[in-house]
Amino acid sequence: MTAAGTTGALQGRNEAELIARILSGEKELFHELIRPYERMLYLTAFSIVKNETDADECAQDAVVNAYRNLAKFRGDAKFSTWLVTIVVNEARQKLRKANRAKEESLDETIDSEEGEYTPAQLTDWREIPSEALERKELRETLQKAVAGLPDIYRQVFTLRDLQEMNVADTAAALGVNENIVKVRLHRARMMLQKSLAPYLKKNAGPERKGFWGRMPWS
Amino acid sequence: MELSCKHVWAHISEYIDQSVPADVREDIERHLEHCEICSAVLDSTRNILVLTADNRTFELPVGFSERLHDRLTKELGSEEELKK
Repeated sequence: MTAAGTTGALQGRNEAELIARILSGEKELFHELIRPYERMLYLTAFSIVKNETDADECAQDAVVNAYRNLAKFRGDAKFSTWLVTIVVNEARQKLRKANRAKEESLDETIDSEEGEYTPAQLTDWREIPSEALERKELRETLQKAVAGLPDIYRQVFTLRDLQEMNVADTAAALGVNENIVKVRLHRARMMLQKSLAPYLKKNAGPERKGFWGRMPWS
Repeated sequence: MELSCKHVWAHISEYIDQSVPADVREDIERHLEHCEICSAVLDSTRNILVLTADNRTFELPVGFSERLHDRLTKELGSEEELKK
């Protein structure tokens, strides 16, 4: 945590310097400035538009937009937060254009309810992530499960758990308050736990067959 | 206070993020000591998060980076053109 904080602070200083140089004419350095954020740009866009071609295009539009507006970036915010806000806006605009946007008002009413998700109840868990990751089909199952989350949960989950952004930055990027981020993240994680845990276990080994039939899924 | 499993599940996300209040954290830990189901729910959720954060799980499309920088190069170039 401390190491990450130090890295973050260093990165912030380097970025501020890069930005100053770009603004004073060394514009080619913009390539370097955005290089650490390529993954973030794509995954954030994908979590909103949900297809590769559109996400690709949104990331490009966001980069061009960020470059054109770099002079408006204020150093008191983090560059990463500013950039993620731009890509969120690009992706939402694209969705609106495609007339696929869900009504936010409906989303908000879901949030007002307290979480009543019942997780998948297991009494043993033997899967080790590093071993599990060697299995391509497991990665694909996880991708599908995340893609299958309702939009508002998938977006928060993508920023918080895929990109490991903090609650405040996630809230700022999505234009919601921090409590909504926490609630949506909790729901997203519980939904994934419920859909994935049985699958992971079922594929973990042949032992204890029949155990799953006795589980109190609800 | 002795928590029910349902209470533990409601706080599991905050517990993982270490943002749960200290007294609730203690209650959760006391519960986890004797509840196998909640311990497994916690472990499985954590494991899913480890899998999620691994770069191999969510890969970028082939050529994404090249396309992104090509577009930026074009943008920087078009600016030069305008100046001429």
